[in-house]
Amino acid sequence: MNELNRKGGVAAPDFTHQPDAGGHFGRYGGRFVAETLMAPLAELTEAYERYLKDPEFLAELDDDLRQFVGRPSPLYYARGWSERLGGARIYLKREDLNHTGAHKINNTVGQALLARRMGKRRVIAETGAGQHGVATATVAARFGMECVVYMGAEDIQRQAINVYRMKLLGAQVVPVEAGSRTLKDALNEAMRDWVTRIDDTFYIIGTAAGPHPYPAMVRDFQAIIGREARVQILEQAGRLPDALVACVGGGSNAIGLFYPFLADESVQMYGVEAAGEGLTTGHHAAPLCTGRPGVLHGNRTYLMTDDDGQIVETHSVSAGLDYPGVGPEHAWLKDVGRVQYDAIDDKEALEAFHDLTRNEGIMPALESSHALAYAAKLARKMTPDQIIVVSLSGRGDKDIHTVAAIDGIKI
Amino acid sequence: MSRIEGRFESLREQGRKALIPFLTAGDPEPGMTVALMHTMVEAGADVIELGIPFSDPMAEGPVIQRACERALRHHIGLADVFAMVREFRKRDAETPVVLMGYLNPLEIMGYERFARAAAEAGADGVITVDLPPEEGEDYVAALRASGLDPIFLLAPTSPDERIERVAASASGFVYYVSLKGVTGAGHLDVDAVAKRLDQIRGHCTLPLAVGFGIRDAESAARLSRLADGVVVGSRLVQVAADHESQPDEIGPEIARVLREMRSAMDAGAN
Repeated sequence: MNELNRKGGVAAPDFTHQPDAGGHFGRYGGRFVAETLMAPLAELTEAYERYLKDPEFLAELDDDLRQFVGRPSPLYYARGWSERLGGARIYLKREDLNHTGAHKINNTVGQALLARRMGKRRVIAETGAGQHGVATATVAARFGMECVVYMGAEDIQRQAINVYRMKLLGAQVVPVEAGSRTLKDALNEAMRDWVTRIDDTFYIIGTAAGPHPYPAMVRDFQAIIGREARVQILEQAGRLPDALVACVGGGSNAIGLFYPFLADESVQMYGVEAAGEGLTTGHHAAPLCTGRPGVLHGNRTYLMTDDDGQIVETHSVSAGLDYPGVGPEHAWLKDVGRVQYDAIDDKEALEAFHDLTRNEGIMPALESSHALAYAAKLARKMTPDQIIVVSLSGRGDKDIHTVAAIDGIKI
Repeated sequence: MSRIEGRFESLREQGRKALIPFLTAGDPEPGMTVALMHTMVEAGADVIELGIPFSDPMAEGPVIQRACERALRHHIGLADVFAMVREFRKRDAETPVVLMGYLNPLEIMGYERFARAAAEAGADGVITVDLPPEEGEDYVAALRASGLDPIFLLAPTSPDERIERVAASASGFVYYVSLKGVTGAGHLDVDAVAKRLDQIRGHCTLPLAVGFGIRDAESAARLSRLADGVVVGSRLVQVAADHESQPDEIGPEIARVLREMRSAMDAGAN
């Protein structure tokens, strides 16, 4: 599609044929795991590549996305909010309306179908805010699979409601006491479980990171977001958008939105990381903005790491962005200049949360609020004939205790 | 011939197997590490594995995870690890030292700089748990240029083509992970290990050391009959954890455990 896409005589990167056979996006990605996992990852790659071309698998996936998840999700023109901002027209891709309330289910449905075909009866997952844990527990309940979710002990305190939802769905939630007791430690522990029970277990990674094939596989399952949005904006506005905006933790909703537009040169893309208390304070979760390349969790990517190579603790008001790494395709898209990455701090995200809730009657997740805050800034610099599509990756119900506590209100 | 190759060759001539204890650098106190290394040698160690602490040790069970946390409370980094090896070398020019850790600290330092500094300090080989040979071309080149042995892992899940790949990239010895799991796991199956080692020997002429799940003299002796060496990690690190408040006991207790293993292994060899 894009092989001959040339700019000023220099071949533009071929966005549609990434990664290479070893899972590399440029110098990023790859497969950096202990030997025990190498053969199982090769087996998973083979299965994923085979089933992604299998009409029967694709038909079943499509049916599940329609009937179980509720796709396609609407592309909603936020007229009131756009007019108040006085700039570009903002359209919201409503992933918050999916079953379980976030984009995470697009991927867990896909991976669970793959797990079934591979004969695995047990699924495991890591979770930070609990959205991916709930989405995994949901598909496990539906397919009658055993489900174990690893969650940092710190996050279990912060996200009690999602913990209970997972338990209601029949999942076992295992608190992780190691390290910083958050998402990165949950991922370590899930890897340890997987290496111990490879024979009967499928590890459903929730973001577009980890060893190959996960970054590509999660992207492919999430690309439904961008494929739908592309068709919908052409229907509704008669043209492609000028800009796409999505929040980036590991980056699965962002890559899902961006990927089908990568070859559309007129479309600018913005990935928004969590600036936490501010990029200069060190208390943030913005590896693309402030970090450097390193290796963690099976892939080479931008990381928050100190001079000794230890992983630095992160901070964000939104647990789903509280992660020191990022998917390797984002690292590559940053380096080749196709996507711009910037950051929004806790305060700006909370303002956007309230703003959208009061002006559009839509309560966004705190993760998505980072994208909304950035889109609002961007829109003000643009004109009403221009269009921004924002990934509204999840709904905010899970965050009302956090917001209330910050606003000094006891529920 | 590298110090590691020389050590395996002289053991072979004596009809003995290598006892390879592991400790995490800086655990429980940075000041104790070099003395513990000497203690291990006096108790019968043939090669020392010195762990580089890492914040996210994905392949470790809880015992070595905690050791990393204890060491990182003292901010032990690569420069400290090199200093410990240099100090150890002042009194011991014979015993090979293998550094074992995760890739990110090496990435941040740079492979060439790391390899030069490690070799200058007196280290002999490096095991990087999360680096398979497929991703390790530059790393292997950097280690070899500094005269270090790149040691790779094989696992119960490794098919023949991966065994060949590892054999082609590694030198010194190959580390066979005895079970599907993390360090310190408790489900070692000696018969399964025996079968796998036979299979590996069909593709690999390097000495084979077996690690993961070796916790007493009996399991050390049984595995030493099958392999060229046994690696003992969590069992020894647990001693440091148990005696954090009586650090004087750690050395004698580690020596006791290793002597038992040594004599059981040597008895088994005769």
